Amino acid sequence: MPLYEKLKNIDRRVIYIFIALSVIIPLVFKIAFTEQASPIVQNIFDKIESLPEGSRVILSYDYSPSTAPEIQPMADALTRHILEKDLRLYNMALWAPGHNIATETTDRIIIAEFPEKVYGEDYLNLGFKAGNEFLIAVILTDLKKMYTTDAKGTDIDSIPMMQGVKNLRNFDLILSLGGGKPGLKEWILFAGDPGHIPVAGGATAVSAPNLYPYYPEQMLGLMGGMKGGAEYESALMKIYPQYKNKSHPGIDLMGPQAIAHLVIMIFVIIGNITYFIARKRGEER
Amino acid sequence: METGFTLSNTIAAILTIGIISFLWKDNPLYKLCESLFVGVSAGYWFVSLYYQNLLPKLFDTLGLTQLFTSADIEPGAIQILINEGRVDNSFLYLIAGILGALMLTRLIPNLGWISRWPLAFIVGTTSGLYFTTYFQSNAMAQLRSTILPLDSIGNVVIVIGTVCGLVYFYFSKEHKGVMGGAARVGVWFLMITFGASFGYTVMSRMSLLIGRFDFIFSTWLGLTG
Repeated sequence: MPLYEKLKNIDRRVIYIFIALSVIIPLVFKIAFTEQASPIVQNIFDKIESLPEGSRVILSYDYSPSTAPEIQPMADALTRHILEKDLRLYNMALWAPGHNIATETTDRIIIAEFPEKVYGEDYLNLGFKAGNEFLIAVILTDLKKMYTTDAKGTDIDSIPMMQGVKNLRNFDLILSLGGGKPGLKEWILFAGDPGHIPVAGGATAVSAPNLYPYYPEQMLGLMGGMKGGAEYESALMKIYPQYKNKSHPGIDLMGPQAIAHLVIMIFVIIGNITYFIARKRGEER
Repeated sequence: METGFTLSNTIAAILTIGIISFLWKDNPLYKLCESLFVGVSAGYWFVSLYYQNLLPKLFDTLGLTQLFTSADIEPGAIQILINEGRVDNSFLYLIAGILGALMLTRLIPNLGWISRWPLAFIVGTTSGLYFTTYFQSNAMAQLRSTILPLDSIGNVVIVIGTVCGLVYFYFSKEHKGVMGGAARVGVWFLMITFGASFGYTVMSRMSLLIGRFDFIFSTWLGLTG
């Protein structure tokens, strides 16, 4: 059988094996590339850098474990940056599993790397509340209508960080990480636009193209997929070199990502070549 | 996350391999993993929604929990009515509870039509809320963002892309001459957009695969040191 025929009738499982190898080999041998923050990611970094000490930042965990490989690097990097700048971090979740992810991030990043930070004074977990975009619409005018306690059940009025907080307008920045609904888009539509509050965040790569139209007027920045997370990590390490020695899963996993994309592109080119050969031979229209 | 051959890691790795094995061909291990995933997801969401919605927002607020348990919970609407003789606003939650219960009439063939009432309520309120929000954010704000000075390549691309894209979807005039040319440019913009979306989709799916392989080879097997 000529090469053309073999390529034309290639078994899909052969492609799967190539894809698997293109991921496994860079993972095992730790092949990584340098990342440079693009303007849309750098904007988020610059905004956090520009906020004065004690500014209030919401970090909403609007995702589940299924998309964690893409989103978690962003959550880790943002948490580090916010606390490094001595801003006040308010974790919350519009998705039920987001609460557990926020708790896990707190244990792994805040408690392990920022032991001097005090819960209730420097960071807070408001937990998950049902209601989706309707929840955002309510807390835009009255936060305490929905949040009477934090995630641990502590009365909201007894928490130092909640003094002077009436609604979303009292926050300096809203960051949403997710990709599904509700997510970043709902934060823009129901909080950012009507409340004139800066909104930014990260989303799964598959949903990122739908969010680009909101940049830069309605959304000040966006991290799209694993690449966005890796770019933010690189921006963070550039200004705070101490994080070079910490985990940076976004950058680490972009190596396999780049190699796998290369393999996919090769197969796309092969597919196109066989298609045009077939068309020339009059086999297909 | 704990690394190595712990029980939880081993179970997670076997389930991951089971799901991926479908790529080779359908098999009993995949079926087991799939059924397990569906069952666990349904159970998780049921418990989560019960404890996040039904219990605090309906049963506790109305005072039903307080009637049947001795838990230290604030008095609900029923307790306020009994103790203070006052009809509390929380009784409004009863309407939502009844509408929610009516949704279940779908399970009874003769009474299925009743479920249209709560559905109509949901559709109506959602439409009302979204109408103004979408008009403000997705129509007016987007329109404003497109009216740009043609002083940079980026702005020129946005303006031409938007106008030509809209022309392609304007069917009241035949796509000939200037209209035809603009529509053709619009198609090119659309194709580039679809291509970018496809590229992002590939990246998204690959990220999930990389995430699972990272778990197997790094967390479970410890091959990456």
